[in-house]
Amino acid sequence: MFGSINTSMILAILPEIMLFILAGFVFVFDLVWDDSQRRNLGWISAGGFSLIIMISLMLGTPGSDSGLVWGGMLRHDWLGFAFKMLFLFGATITALFAMDVEDLGKKGEFYLLLIFSTLGMTLMASSSNLIMLYLSIEATSLPLYILAGFFKDDDKSTEAGFKYFLFGAMASAIMLYGFSLLYGFSGTTDLDAIAGVIKAGGMNPVLLVGTLLMILVGFGFKISAVPFHFWAPDVYEGAPTVVAGFLSTASKAAGFTVLIRVLLTSYAPASDTWMMVLAIISTLTMTLGNTLALAQKNIKRLLAYSSIAHAGYILIGVVAISELGITGSIFYIIVYLITNLAAFGIVSVVGRITGSDEISAYDGLSRRSPWLGLAMLVVFLSLAGMPPFGGFIVKVLVLASAVKAKLFWLAFVGILNSIIGLYYYLIVLKHVYLYRSENEQVEIPVTRPYAIGLIVLTIGIILLGVVISPWFNVSTIAAKVLF
Amino acid sequence: MQFPVISVIVFTPIITSLLLLIMPGNRKTEIRVTSLGAAALDLSLSIWLYFSYNVSAGGYQFVEQYNWLPQFGISYHVGVDGLNTPLVLLTGVVMFTGVLISWGVDDRPREFFAFLFILATGVFGVFVSLDLFMLFFFYEIAVFPMYLLISTWGWKVTREYAAMKLTLYLFIGSVVALIGALAMYFNSGLGSFDLITLETANFSVGFQRFWFPFVFIGFAVLGGLFPFHNWSPDGHVAAPTAVSMFHAGVLMKLGAFASLRIGIMLLPEGAKFWMPTIILLTLVNVVYGAFIASVQTDFKYVVGFSSVSHMGLVAMGFATLNREGLIGSGVQMFSHGVMTALFFAVVGMIYDRAHTRQIPELGGFAKKMPLVAVAFIVGGLVSMGMPGFSGFVAEFPIFMGVWEFKPWIAIVGAISIVITASYIIRIISSVFFGKMPESYADHITDVKVLDKVALIFLSVLLIVIGVFPSIMVPMVESGVENILRLLGGA
Amino acid sequence: MSFLDNNLLTLILFFPVASSLVLLFLPGKEKKLIRWVALLASLVPLILSIILWLNFKTGIKGFQFEEHYVWYSAINSSYHLGIDGISLTMVLLTTLLIPIAILASFNIEENVKAYMVLFLLLETGLLGVFVSLDLLLFFVFWEIGLVPMYFLINQWGSEKGERELWGGIKVKARTYASFKFLIYTMTGSLGLLLAIQMIGVVSGTFDLPTLFASWTTLNQSLFGLPIETVKTIAFWAFTIAFALKVPVWPFHTWLPDAHTEAPTAGSMILAGVLLKLGAYGFLRLVLPLYPVESKHYAGALAFLATMSIIFGAFSAFGQRDFKRLVAYSSVNHMGFVVLGIAAAARVQGTENAVIALNGAVLQMFNHGISAAGMFFLVGVIYSRTHTRNLDDYGGLFTLVPVYGGILIFTSMGALGLPGLNGFVSEFLVVRGSWPIFSVYTAFAMVGLLFTGAYVLKGIKQVLHGPLNEKWIGHLSEISAREVIVIAPLMVIMLWIGVWPAWILNVINRAVEVLF
Repeated sequence: MFGSINTSMILAILPEIMLFILAGFVFVFDLVWDDSQRRNLGWISAGGFSLIIMISLMLGTPGSDSGLVWGGMLRHDWLGFAFKMLFLFGATITALFAMDVEDLGKKGEFYLLLIFSTLGMTLMASSSNLIMLYLSIEATSLPLYILAGFFKDDDKSTEAGFKYFLFGAMASAIMLYGFSLLYGFSGTTDLDAIAGVIKAGGMNPVLLVGTLLMILVGFGFKISAVPFHFWAPDVYEGAPTVVAGFLSTASKAAGFTVLIRVLLTSYAPASDTWMMVLAIISTLTMTLGNTLALAQKNIKRLLAYSSIAHAGYILIGVVAISELGITGSIFYIIVYLITNLAAFGIVSVVGRITGSDEISAYDGLSRRSPWLGLAMLVVFLSLAGMPPFGGFIVKVLVLASAVKAKLFWLAFVGILNSIIGLYYYLIVLKHVYLYRSENEQVEIPVTRPYAIGLIVLTIGIILLGVVISPWFNVSTIAAKVLF
Repeated sequence: MQFPVISVIVFTPIITSLLLLIMPGNRKTEIRVTSLGAAALDLSLSIWLYFSYNVSAGGYQFVEQYNWLPQFGISYHVGVDGLNTPLVLLTGVVMFTGVLISWGVDDRPREFFAFLFILATGVFGVFVSLDLFMLFFFYEIAVFPMYLLISTWGWKVTREYAAMKLTLYLFIGSVVALIGALAMYFNSGLGSFDLITLETANFSVGFQRFWFPFVFIGFAVLGGLFPFHNWSPDGHVAAPTAVSMFHAGVLMKLGAFASLRIGIMLLPEGAKFWMPTIILLTLVNVVYGAFIASVQTDFKYVVGFSSVSHMGLVAMGFATLNREGLIGSGVQMFSHGVMTALFFAVVGMIYDRAHTRQIPELGGFAKKMPLVAVAFIVGGLVSMGMPGFSGFVAEFPIFMGVWEFKPWIAIVGAISIVITASYIIRIISSVFFGKMPESYADHITDVKVLDKVALIFLSVLLIVIGVFPSIMVPMVESGVENILRLLGGA
Repeated sequence: MSFLDNNLLTLILFFPVASSLVLLFLPGKEKKLIRWVALLASLVPLILSIILWLNFKTGIKGFQFEEHYVWYSAINSSYHLGIDGISLTMVLLTTLLIPIAILASFNIEENVKAYMVLFLLLETGLLGVFVSLDLLLFFVFWEIGLVPMYFLINQWGSEKGERELWGGIKVKARTYASFKFLIYTMTGSLGLLLAIQMIGVVSGTFDLPTLFASWTTLNQSLFGLPIETVKTIAFWAFTIAFALKVPVWPFHTWLPDAHTEAPTAGSMILAGVLLKLGAYGFLRLVLPLYPVESKHYAGALAFLATMSIIFGAFSAFGQRDFKRLVAYSSVNHMGFVVLGIAAAARVQGTENAVIALNGAVLQMFNHGISAAGMFFLVGVIYSRTHTRNLDDYGGLFTLVPVYGGILIFTSMGALGLPGLNGFVSEFLVVRGSWPIFSVYTAFAMVGLLFTGAYVLKGIKQVLHGPLNEKWIGHLSEISAREVIVIAPLMVIMLWIGVWPAWILNVINRAVEVLF
């Protein structure tokens, strides 16, 4: 069916192949090692992920052609490639952060699930066919359902896993129905071909909007956009913190890749139709996420709502439907992924010692552990969109794209929301810097994997905000694919 | 290649702050000495910069430009002209004296100085930016350390409220202005954030009139423009001494300066259209601020509201859009910065000793700390616009400018001078003279040598500018010429 | 010599500041040293101004010893100094009174250093007003003089006395008086400040000689108002500022408080020099800048002057406080100065005008001398008795005959006894004003009658009548230092009374060309 296999096809799925190999390694070591050694699986996974990144960067970068491979199932282009690297990076950090988590760091199955989920994501990023798209989404989701409910003895974790699964399955079903209708009326599963049909006026506008909305349900679930966001706070709160971190970053980024790709290739000719829909979703997502975050007492729930809000900001760039807008969105996703990973990493470190995820557990953190306090400062200010951290430039870029598209109202909604955002981020920092706690003498040890991860992420956040040009370039190259 | 003096000035503080952060937190003396060293370096560089600026040549000097995000027309572009050179000097002065005054900060001095220095970098950065994006970048950097500094080291009673209020106000202002700036960027079609390039953009009159209020007012929030001044007295009062100094002394200038640089210089037609409205607001600032100051009983609130009143004069000078007014505002920014830094330093010294700021509960400090009294009196005279001090040199041209623009505003605005005189005199006589309450009379000690150095330095500056205006005015004038060219050319 | 010639005014003007800086670095405990350094420092400007006087050429029209340097180029204000006969007289008066006042305050014990520093700064402020030929510079010195005076009253004023403010808050009388002094004067100057700004905006320069030509001939509508209206408003802004300082009734209420509460030397300078600033302002600025307006409103000014003379005399007569009596006498005497100026303004350029102005300027000088003397003598008796209530004295002549003699002599000078200085100037004013404002002058003469009355009352209450027994053995005679203080003043009083030509020569030439 594929014809002969050539090198370019292999190179296109080089990360996926290597992920398989990595999974094999982890599987074998999990068998041979005893319990005291299994923690090292984390090193293997993290090392493996970063090795894959390096090898892919050296060998597997896409060329300038359309990159359609494997019979049109996958597309080896910069959009997909950039996101693949991002997912792998997220997985690296997640593996590091998982190592010292009790009941999780020493379990081989955790790492395996992580690898398979990442594998699904990399496929999502490069799918160019409805079928491949659906399969990869499911391949991503299934391991994640299990990961969310990983602590079998913990009610909250089990609840999180179950809830995530139910919501996910529901959304997935609706999306699949949307896919099937789309195929039925357009007669093709190829994303580009669908665009051709739409452009030629081959689809009833009502159906067009109908399928679009159904598909958006699935994507909206992945990126936790309002009104498909209900699962996020509960799942983040219940799931193991590292998993929540992975869910809120890599998984969300994967959702955005497919959203961007499908909307801007298949539905590109109908952009006038969905632009308003998406603008409204974006507004609602930002506003609701930020407003509800105000009331949170639990840091993971707060981060959940904040991550909902950030989805809204990212959507601004998509709504602008311009190269600048998509560049902004992609850049935003990069920054967001790094920042939020760091946030969950810190939550995980603190949670291990204090045994609590309440915001009040962060009282006096800067006295207990000045470095952790500083990292928290960097992360939260980046989330709030303050320079010299990454959050600033990307917010400027998405707002710029809205202004360029003359969507002034959306830009103003965006800034109003970032003000609300600033408010609750500062509240958290107030706990860290201002408030005192009784346990001030108890230090919060940061184990080596956490230290490595957090240092890399914190420096990353600053580099993203200061040395803007290379990241902007990457994002532009990725965005150019769609235009 | 010439020595990149501006970059060194801008980045010394932030590098110092990183350095401080890796020092062990319990080596407090070393931390203070390092901070002082960095501040002294920056001060001497900014003094050097001030005197090396070639006034007769004018224009932007010591320019450095590097690509930053060329795809988007953003560059790291810095330079000084006649307007911002004094402000750089001001920042250096306030930073140096601020460190001197904060010697006694004992709660996590490492973090305190580190945040203070991040703030300083932001402030320097804004003043020297010749790129719109870069200006915002540094502007925000200057805002957020404020929150932590006030909320963590501030006055316990109101610090949380005040810090949040301040940060949100300033953030709102800046993002509103940011939208305006982005609109300018796209409308110009030049694909550049460079200020000098954007000056040539020739925006349509309608565009300018529409966007001017966003940009101008967005920044003027930080300048304390009525009715957006609300954050400022609360913020001043809650902040620790050095931060109040920075805040009122430099940060408010940041707002004023940015609204001039971005609002008036890039949108001159908009400025012409809106100025009659703005000058009315500033009149309210000036008179109402002075009046409110005169009915306060908290020492620090008096000074806080007096800043609102004086910053109103700065904006009023801008609003005249003529030579005298702009020159006056330029000098007033410097003069008020030094003066108010001096005020807050004094307030801090008194509060540290008396543990109250209620004016009726204070008295007789002149005997215990004569130098502080003298310094405050010098500041007070500046504030009253007493000739021979820098305040007069600044306010006189502002009023001349207003005369040219709208005479009746000058007449009404002048009332503030008498109100100011009355509350300053009231403070001087009831805080520094009169009888010291017995409750703390025994354990009041004179201020330390470092404090004295800071106070003398600030006072001398105020007098020198007042007696020899030619040290600063021609420089400001050369900067103003550029603005007038833009106003005339549009 | 050429350096001295070229910079003589600057030297006189800034020597006090320079010496006050030197004082700052002397140890505060060395009171004696500080006093002597201050005294010597204040003698230098006196010597320099005597040199100035000797080198002054009476025959030349216009300003002499001019100095012109860039000061505030952005608004075209420059450091422009120069003197004519009027300013020369005032400079001499100031430099003469300051050392005397410093000598008079050798009994100050508290915070001597600050006191002396302020005094020297005050001298510069006062001199600056008299030598400035730039409107802005004039204003600078005009305002700056307030500050040291405020602190002198506020810090070294009389210890006793309280004033109740509204709301029942009690403050020290000296606090109240100094506050009132400062706020009154600043409010008064507000109009002046605004008018100066307006002139600067309209004319583009602050240089007085230039403005004398350009501002008076300006003929265009300003700010949408006719030029006459603008000028009239500006005229009144100037007039009120100066009238407050003189002070002219009804703007005089700050004066009794300030004079009474000030330390002795402060009162001497306040009455001796500070009040002259107002009158000098009329002469230097109002008459040349607003010839038309001042002619038009001369009547009103003359009316106010007459009221000052009469009410000043009546109020002085009614006082029970010796110092307040002297204070009100200042209102009375300064009324003659203003009357003379008003008369001259009405008939500019005539012989009568010249006579009236001669009288007015001489009266300024004379009042400076005699008021300083009177306040000093009040201070002398107060420092011994610690009361100023006239009822507490009585028959002191027998106890302190030398003091009594001096007091009578000085009072007679103030009263206008022929042969002493007051007579000459008051006669000239009346002679000049009579043909112009006959009615007002007639009323002023009535006021003069009461001048005699209150002076005699004061002398009677203090020196004559039944001896108040409680002072026997408690009242020491005037000391040598105090005699040295008052002696130069008495000499000048007599000198001018007998041979006024030496000073009138200088004044006359200046007032002839004033218009």
